[in-house]
Amino acid sequence: MSVPTRSHTLRDIMIGCLVIAALAAIPFLLPSKAFQDFVIRCSSMALFATSLNLLVGYTGLSSFGHGLFYGLGTYSFALLMQKTGLPLPAAFVLTLLLTAATAVVVGAICIRLRLIYFAFVTLAMQMLAHSIVISWVGLTGGDQGLQGGIPRRVVAGIDLGNQYHLYIFSAVLLVIGLLLMRHIVSTSFGTSLRMIRDNEVRAAFLGIVVWRVKLTVFVLAAVFAAVGGIVMSLFVSGAYPELINWPISGDAIFAIVLGGVGSFLGPTVGASILLLLNDVVTRQTEYYGLALGIIILLFALGLRRGLLDFITQRLGGRPAGGIS
Amino acid sequence: MDLDALIGCVTSASCVVTQTTSGLIVGMLLFLVAAGLTLIFGVLKIVNFAHGTFYMLGAYLAYTVFAVTGSYVLGVLGGGLGMAVFGVIFERFLISRVYGANVLMQLLICYAVVLICDDLVKIVWGPDFYAMGMPPAFQVPPLFIAGGVVPPFYLVLISAALVIGGALGLGLGLTRMGKIIRAAAVNPDMVSALGINTTLLYSLVFAVGGMLAGLAGGLAAPVRSLTPGMGFSVLIESFIVTVIGGMGSIAGALIAAVVLGLIRSFGTIGFPLFTDGLMYIAMIIILVVKPSGLFGKEIV
Repeated sequence: MSVPTRSHTLRDIMIGCLVIAALAAIPFLLPSKAFQDFVIRCSSMALFATSLNLLVGYTGLSSFGHGLFYGLGTYSFALLMQKTGLPLPAAFVLTLLLTAATAVVVGAICIRLRLIYFAFVTLAMQMLAHSIVISWVGLTGGDQGLQGGIPRRVVAGIDLGNQYHLYIFSAVLLVIGLLLMRHIVSTSFGTSLRMIRDNEVRAAFLGIVVWRVKLTVFVLAAVFAAVGGIVMSLFVSGAYPELINWPISGDAIFAIVLGGVGSFLGPTVGASILLLLNDVVTRQTEYYGLALGIIILLFALGLRRGLLDFITQRLGGRPAGGIS
Repeated sequence: MDLDALIGCVTSASCVVTQTTSGLIVGMLLFLVAAGLTLIFGVLKIVNFAHGTFYMLGAYLAYTVFAVTGSYVLGVLGGGLGMAVFGVIFERFLISRVYGANVLMQLLICYAVVLICDDLVKIVWGPDFYAMGMPPAFQVPPLFIAGGVVPPFYLVLISAALVIGGALGLGLGLTRMGKIIRAAAVNPDMVSALGINTTLLYSLVFAVGGMLAGLAGGLAAPVRSLTPGMGFSVLIESFIVTVIGGMGSIAGALIAAVVLGLIRSFGTIGFPLFTDGLMYIAMIIILVVKPSGLFGKEIV
């Protein structure tokens, strides 16, 4: 895992700007609604998957319930927009604060648990949230989902009801989110994360307050997942129980394993592959699970690592950390 | 939430009997699935996310054998044996390749198997619900115990599960093979160094785990509707059971499964929409108070 320096940061920002510029231009050359939809969904998923990788790849915390914060992002944003008169930016910020507060509580309970127990308690937390969403019909619409759309979408001349505007907005959020997460893992805090992943006891001996670092990264990851959730909420104009149910966590795990936990952009690549697979396979066959399952097996047993990790190793880079 | 109904039920003997029986059914079937899960985890340190699929396939196999032969006993045995074979194939060709790999990689392999099997079931048996119906021998009037309705078949189910669970406990506790399995859970390298074929042993553990899930699926077939994807809720519940009971502890799984069954059956009266939520809360509380589960120390 390469650690970026200051000049790298500048380079990353330049690349980010180029990507946004390129994405902004594409619809003029290739006016395809499906492509824009794809980028919006992909931004949401990539933010979510990369935030999970802060936990899985960088800290060694295998969370099975990260979808809780993704779903919380969609539901609280959609609810704030529907039930209060807050403008969009305020609802956005409030959603992130709410997610952070929830993550502090959930994290405080979970992070002291060991590997397998951590995985299952995070999963149980998510399933608990899902049960609450399903049973609190008055607030969340139960299993029908939160309908009625999202009002007040025009912010400073940007109309997020317009698909092109939402497309650019999602891409910008994705790039900013990735840059911020890239920055987080390149600081000394990021080094502490990797040290905890590699040897927790030793990290503690060296004076790192392990629980504080773990809780901090848990909350940060939750906040970025919620940003992904907000993008999804804008895209579907509401919130649905599927967005907080366990398979959404499975998708994120799949995306990061598919793309590679050892490369920063691995989860983003994985998210794109996952969505592409999803779109292509569902068009070809009704047996989506059968096809996806076989592809997963080929990946997991054939490459034995994510695609980007595989490529970097083939190109002679040193073996990446994390899953192998 | 309907606390009045719950209080009304708890204070009425007939309701208590009915709900306890249905809770015990849920609990005992769950125990069989969870016992296999916890056995596999105890020995191989693998969390078998495909365990619910074993249960589902066991139920479908039992359904088919029952439809062909007309014998419920053969159906259940068919489900159990079929899943024992399936467990070995699953272990040899897929899981054995990711021993020692990260838990997420193992999870992903299992997830793929779940997706594939759900669709295969759709292809072979069709996407519709199946109801196997009560075997003819048990289509008799229900018993009335303290005013509560108890179909005799429920008692058969509970005792069958108890017998299987007892056989498992005795097998692990008293036989030579059971001792080897328990030893492998503590120190697999030493077991291997003593000249015992651990490769064979691991396959055997998967066979036993698969058989338990298949038997549970077969036993449950008459009282559940069969549908592709039916394994998932069982999987999640049996995970909760193993985690509450302590991963690797079969006694813990028994207690946790019965408690969970009762929470479910009484929960449906007091909190009809939040029954699942109750289970998760129970699990979270247990893990916060005692992170290794009720019987976490003990290995098998």
